[in-house]
Amino acid sequence: MLNYTIRRLFFTIPTLLFISFVIFLILDMAPNDPTGNLPMTIPPEVRENIRKSLGLDAPMYVRYLLWCNQFFINEPLNLLYEWFDWCIGDCENRTRVRSWSTRSPVVDLIVERMPQTLWVVGMSYVVGILIALPIGVISAYKQYSWFDQIGTFISMIGFSVPTFFTGVLLIVIFSVWIDQDSWFWLPSIYDTTLVVDSWGNFWLQVRQMIMPVMVLALYNAAQLSRFMRASMLDNLSQDYVRTARAKGLKEKTVLLVHVLRNSMIPVVTVIALSVPQVFGGAIITEQIFRVNGLGQLLIIGIQGADIPLVQTLTFIFAVLIVLFNLVADILYGLLDPRIRYD
Amino acid sequence: MLDARATILDVANLKTVFNTRDGMVHAVNHVSFSLAPGELLGIVGESGSGKSVTMMSLLKLLPMPPAEITDGDITFDGRDVRAMSDDELRRVRGGEIGFIFQDPMTSLNPVFTVGFQIMEPLRIHLGLNKKAARIRAAELLELVGIPDATARLKDFPHQFSGGMRQRVMIAIALACDPKVLIADEPTTALDVTIQAQIIELIKELRQKLGMAIIWITHDLGVIAEIADRVAVMYAGQIVEHAEVSELFKNPQHPYTRALLETLPDMSGTRSKRLRSIDGQPPALGKAPSHCEFAPRCTHAFDRCLKENPKRRDVSDNHDVACWWDAKTGGAADA
Ligand SMILES: Nc1ncnc2c1ncn2[C@@H]1O[C@H](COP(=O)(O)OP(=O)(O)OP(=O)(O)O)[C@@H](O)[C@H]1O
Ligand SMILES: [Mg+2]
Repeated sequence: MLNYTIRRLFFTIPTLLFISFVIFLILDMAPNDPTGNLPMTIPPEVRENIRKSLGLDAPMYVRYLLWCNQFFINEPLNLLYEWFDWCIGDCENRTRVRSWSTRSPVVDLIVERMPQTLWVVGMSYVVGILIALPIGVISAYKQYSWFDQIGTFISMIGFSVPTFFTGVLLIVIFSVWIDQDSWFWLPSIYDTTLVVDSWGNFWLQVRQMIMPVMVLALYNAAQLSRFMRASMLDNLSQDYVRTARAKGLKEKTVLLVHVLRNSMIPVVTVIALSVPQVFGGAIITEQIFRVNGLGQLLIIGIQGADIPLVQTLTFIFAVLIVLFNLVADILYGLLDPRIRYD
Repeated sequence: MLDARATILDVANLKTVFNTRDGMVHAVNHVSFSLAPGELLGIVGESGSGKSVTMMSLLKLLPMPPAEITDGDITFDGRDVRAMSDDELRRVRGGEIGFIFQDPMTSLNPVFTVGFQIMEPLRIHLGLNKKAARIRAAELLELVGIPDATARLKDFPHQFSGGMRQRVMIAIALACDPKVLIADEPTTALDVTIQAQIIELIKELRQKLGMAIIWITHDLGVIAEIADRVAVMYAGQIVEHAEVSELFKNPQHPYTRALLETLPDMSGTRSKRLRSIDGQPPALGKAPSHCEFAPRCTHAFDRCLKENPKRRDVSDNHDVACWWDAKTGGAADA
């Protein structure tokens, strides 16, 4: 297994380099103009100078290599320096990947936005899983019961109604219709500046997280509970379940030890595979609730033709996707004794 | 009389149906049989004749719904099984009655070690702790002829061959020293040499442990080799029932006769051509109102299509459900 992991990790390097190049190529081919948002009164020569100052006059491959140098060498070295005070080379004047629109290092922007995304989107993911797994198990065990029917109906809704609809609906109900003094009132705007340093603030934080988390959790749970149900049903009809019952095991043991253990194998894989989505943020939901997370950052970057930002952010998502693919494979190997990688 | 003997398991008038979306399936239609301690009862019949459903009904191992036991009495060791609570039933399952199933490739849970799966019944029925259960599990593996037993406890099912897995299943079924072992086509999925080994093994274990066995099979040849008594099933009913030698010598039911004809000649000379029984097994959508075999029967006459025959005694240890009399070649006078 270790061998396999190392081998796989090794092979991700060329893959990721290739991906980074493709991203760069696509962004370069896109009809982008970083000066496009500037006032019309700015004369063309000035625009040209601005473009030059951003390094846009250099050929594509030079710009790509520069980005590679900045991202793969300078940024890690900078992290070492900032986190561990471990200085290699010229630590103060290193050129980092900088956003064109804000001029601040892209990695700093990302680090700044990460907590909001992890809190809201990550939490929604955890809540979604916690809701989905029991629902999936019970729906499968009591197939076609009223519980299963209602579960099917709700997950159909959660699955097919877009988050921008459920989000706005919740806002209308809980922020508009319900009186602001009521216990059930919830804020529609996520306040990033809130510092949780007391129970009162913690309560505020919880309240402002409820709606975005619920919107996303519903969506995630809808998918995952269906998946869990299908996987359970696959296994419930297997011969080994009959064997387990014929041994005299309790129904609970049959279900939660024998069947669940098998059903979790594909489900865990799916969960692992979709973790990168958490980091990707939920672009729409973050917009609706004004959560300034990574999804929003990406949108701003795209709108402002901020190529280094978009390039870096997209590439980090790519890294996460490749990485969690590997994690999923490894988990599969750990959970299923029939899989041997070596 | 058979009934005069002590019985460990007695099934009377068992009726099991499936309530499916396309209507009712009458899988088991008033089946009665009994089993004496230490005895080996063979059950033969075509695919779909209700052998498995009968056995699973005994301990409510069928999914309910769609399955439903609508009639009959099941008495195991003097106790009424149908009236048992779930807890009582579980104590019987795997504790007093062991099961072996047809397909050893899928009957074991792929993600747990063989040791874990053998230890489970030991722990719940005998209350052994982990250590004691492990020792006993190794003994069981050894008993069923798996070499290097202690080490193999840590292996997963996929690390065993089909025959070895069936041995593991046998070890699980026998773990708690059951009074009855139900073997549902335990060798059908195995190749011939392995099949012979498993049959030998069960014969040997039966001598050693003395449990009663119900052995389900398609293969009358196997029955001839190991069984004390045979019941022949057709369309969810027992159509003929006798001691083995009697059945082979003096088959009454046209279906039994046809089955015997499909056997390759025992002497090995293969004088007769291997043939199958013409026609299709009946659909089970209706409760039997006439002899279900009549449409395929060469001896059928008008009564066969009007009335379902009851089992009638042919001799002390032999009964048959048929309107035709094999002795006279005419209608039976029952
Ligand atoms: N879950 C179910 N739902 C509906 N019908 C069923 C179900 N299980 C079994 N049956 C029906 O019950 C009848 C008897 O099946 P059973 O499995 O007992 O046959 P069998 O004699 O064991 O055959 P085989 O030799 O193939 O194992 C079949 O006609 C089958 O279609
Ligand atoms: Mg069967």
